[in-house]
Amino acid sequence: MIKIEYLAKSFDKNEVLQNINLDIKKGEVVSIIGPSGSGKSTLLRCVNLLEQPTEGKIFVNGDELTAPKANITKAREKIGMVFQHFHLFPHFTVLENITYAPIKVKQLSKQEAQAKGRELLERVGLADKENDYPNRLSGGQKQRVAIARALAMEPELMLFDEPTSALDPEMVKEVLDVMKDLAHSGMTMLVVTHEMGFAKEVADRVIFLDEGKLIETGDPKTFFERPETARAQDFLAKIL
Amino acid sequence: MNLDFSQIVPYIPFMIEGIWVTLQFVIVSILVGFILGTVFALFKIGKIKPLKWVADAYTSIFRGTPLILQLMIIYFGLPQLFGYDISPFLSAVLAFGLNSAAYVSEIIRAGIEAVDIGQTEASMALGVSYRKRMIDIILPQALKNILPALMNEFITLTKESAIVSTIGYLDLMRRAQVVGADLFRNFEAYLFVGLLYYLMVMTLTIIGKRLERRLKRSD
Ligand SMILES: Nc1ncnc2c1ncn2[C@@H]1O[C@H](COP(=O)(O)OP(=O)(O)OP(=O)(O)O)[C@@H](O)[C@H]1O
Ligand SMILES: [Mg+2]
Repeated sequence: MIKIEYLAKSFDKNEVLQNINLDIKKGEVVSIIGPSGSGKSTLLRCVNLLEQPTEGKIFVNGDELTAPKANITKAREKIGMVFQHFHLFPHFTVLENITYAPIKVKQLSKQEAQAKGRELLERVGLADKENDYPNRLSGGQKQRVAIARALAMEPELMLFDEPTSALDPEMVKEVLDVMKDLAHSGMTMLVVTHEMGFAKEVADRVIFLDEGKLIETGDPKTFFERPETARAQDFLAKIL
Repeated sequence: MNLDFSQIVPYIPFMIEGIWVTLQFVIVSILVGFILGTVFALFKIGKIKPLKWVADAYTSIFRGTPLILQLMIIYFGLPQLFGYDISPFLSAVLAFGLNSAAYVSEIIRAGIEAVDIGQTEASMALGVSYRKRMIDIILPQALKNILPALMNEFITLTKESAIVSTIGYLDLMRRAQVVGADLFRNFEAYLFVGLLYYLMVMTLTIIGKRLERRLKRSD
């Protein structure tokens, strides 16, 4: 469902990604791991064109996103994204955060969007918070709302960029649980994470990036127990 | 001391009427300045270079020359060029509106740039178009940050509006001059309209504080 071909990205002279090739099937959960500055976020942000690739092609469901006349705004409707720092809309209530895009982008009626929004809030365990403003929520709650907000657009693919890194330790689990649920429901997910537990347990595949290159890819069990490359061995030795 | 307020009593309705005359063009000028200022602010933060240059040049010129000069050019200068006699009201609205737009565009530009880039990215990721993103997400947040500066600009405009008296527009200030000339005594009339200006500014200040408090609900 996503195909990345010969992707490269530079900021000025700084080559952040080089020759990335990747094929992700529908329903697959892929974890991207690697040291800080290795280009994980940049890779993720290229997939919904928050960063414009310098070279290469990206296909979603066979449509080329990187084509000169591709409708990027339209394509983004099908790709949900969850950020490290949530980025909820502070001037909207929790429910308004969730219903905004369905109403304004997908032209759903307010009633429909709200009914769906409440369903999603139920699903992430925040049914009682719909009228609160984001500043009243804990980090874990904010992130769950952010996930619900992305899901409200009924995306075919979800991108997560270190969704638990900004959270206090006791809140990590509640967010990971929602993500596990989502993975089990068959959502296609691309997850940048430092949570090796999540990668081991939930991911179908792990991708290891270092210095902008895709160094190693494999199923989690093999990758964590018997990494092939020296760089992956080094990295795992440092963090585990 | 030579002070006699009883003498201005017959003129009080005439002077109070000036409030409305002043308010009329101040309100229109504020609106013109705000709308035009928002447009210029969007030019400044936009990607289209020529529009950015236009907005920057505009701001530079209107901030770099005296307001009274701009008013004189519009009222006395334009008719000479185009042979069209422009009314004092239209001149005043043009001069104050255009001038205010320069200041407002800077205030709004700074306000927009102060909104977390994550807000833009989150709305882009949801497939929200540029237009809706600006109107629903970015501008409301920017407005909250800049409300105090914006209120300040409106207050300045209200006070500075007194210079339209120089083109014979019968505003509050001009009415004080008329009354002073009629009575051969100036102090009482000026003091009285001074009080009226002060009340107008205080009203604006209170409205501003209220608005601020309302917008702060989500903090
Ligand atoms: N907008 C940008 N402009 C210039 N350089 C950038 C920009 N974004 C990222 N970079 C650079 O690209 C490189 C990769 O950054 P990226 O954020 O993708 O790394 P990361 O793997 O996500 O790291 P982390 O684990 O710290 O989040 C870094 O050297 C970074 O400085
Ligand atoms: Mg990152």
